[in-house]
Amino acid sequence: MNSIIELNIMQVASAYIFSLIVLIIVKVRGISREKEIIISTIRMTLQLIFTGYVLVYIFENMNPWITVLVIIAMEIFAINNIYKRTKGELSKKMKTIIAGSMAAGTLASLIFFLFVVIKISPWYNPRYFIPIAGMLIGNSMTGISLGVDRLVDGMNSKKHMVESSLMLGATPKTASKEIVDNTFDSAILPTINSMVGMGIVFLPGMMTGQILSGTSPVTAIEYQIAIMMGILGSVSLTVILFVQLGYRTFFNKEDQLILSEEE
Amino acid sequence: MFNFKNVRYKNILDIENLHIEKNKVSCIVGESGSGKTTLLKLFNKLISPDGGEIRYQDKEIKEMDSVILRREVVMLPQSPAIYKGTVRENLIIGLKFSEKDNIPEDDTLIKILEEVNLTKSLDDDAEKMSGGEQQRLALGRIILLDPNVYLLDEPSSALDEETERLVIEKMVDHVKTTKKTLIMVTHTKRIAKEFGDSIVEVKKGKIAYQGDVDNE
Repeated sequence: MNSIIELNIMQVASAYIFSLIVLIIVKVRGISREKEIIISTIRMTLQLIFTGYVLVYIFENMNPWITVLVIIAMEIFAINNIYKRTKGELSKKMKTIIAGSMAAGTLASLIFFLFVVIKISPWYNPRYFIPIAGMLIGNSMTGISLGVDRLVDGMNSKKHMVESSLMLGATPKTASKEIVDNTFDSAILPTINSMVGMGIVFLPGMMTGQILSGTSPVTAIEYQIAIMMGILGSVSLTVILFVQLGYRTFFNKEDQLILSEEE
Repeated sequence: MFNFKNVRYKNILDIENLHIEKNKVSCIVGESGSGKTTLLKLFNKLISPDGGEIRYQDKEIKEMDSVILRREVVMLPQSPAIYKGTVRENLIIGLKFSEKDNIPEDDTLIKILEEVNLTKSLDDDAEKMSGGEQQRLALGRIILLDPNVYLLDEPSSALDEETERLVIEKMVDHVKTTKKTLIMVTHTKRIAKEFGDSIVEVKKGKIAYQGDVDNE
């Protein structure tokens, strides 16, 4: 295997030329995006440097508490991000369901993945725990974000259909089945699409990273396959929990549609 | 069959007393915005009143399971939902919703289409039909459910006058021969007088009149 090329500071700095090219293009074409490009470049740099040092510290001082704290922080960040990303105002009940589905779905998949698939040791080994948790939580966050919008939109735009079904004696579950199925479908579609193109259209980030850092492509691929399965499982589990509990928030205990229209 | 006592719903309805008789055709009339549709929704717990008491066959409906009640007291909204699929699928969807297993043969379904004056094939795309045809299809759908009580919200609003007469006449005949109860919101007093046994007039959320058609 070839030895790894370590990047020195000047080499890294030279990569900023790409950012500079984009800046020149937008300037010439009169697209007012300079500020965003500069800010995003600086933010990305600072965030990664910060995370790099934090990870070095965490890896060198392995401690179960730190690992657990990092996971909790990731979950909180992801859940808040979902709240912020959704278009309309979310009810308190809906927020609780989002948080619960995220926590239960991602943690269950994470635990299975780390302790049954990879069998990490010690159990809190941050080198595995943190990046894998990041991938599962991140993808599930995207899935639920799509799901929330789809469910709320569906219930609002099809409330007439749902209410008509209730009038015919349907249970809330049957009346909202189509919306719930569409929500699940659109939330897991990006994950399925990325699996279809993987290895041919693009090489996934984790695999590329491992190969660049000297890991054999075969090992990298084994990890990638396993993590993709983990992501699919985690996204599906969080989204199915979310939709199964989420649709109920549109009905009260008398099986009435809460956003029922009045004459 | 239905008894309302001091029923209030938001600032839309305020009903002191309302009595609907069994095996009769009751017509609810009133200006638009008077609360007719809201009143209809109270009969099968699509909404619940803020106060007062509604009884169905001497049982307080508050105590009844909403879904079970709605399978006995079926409502047809003014612009009924048409589901993706054929005429056949749209007819039998109500049976599926109410978890009835005995899906009828095509002959029965064709008879229902005739009953609502709809000359369509069972395999036609229901979404491509006109508003009036869809309304009749939805009417056929609830006839197939054979409920105890029919709640119809302006069942003929998308029909021309001739078809309207024909469809309502057939509907009323069906209800009478099968000894069921029909509660129908209608915008025309003419229809109420012609087909109804009793009339309930709603004015600004209150019952302005209730009584037999003949006595009015």
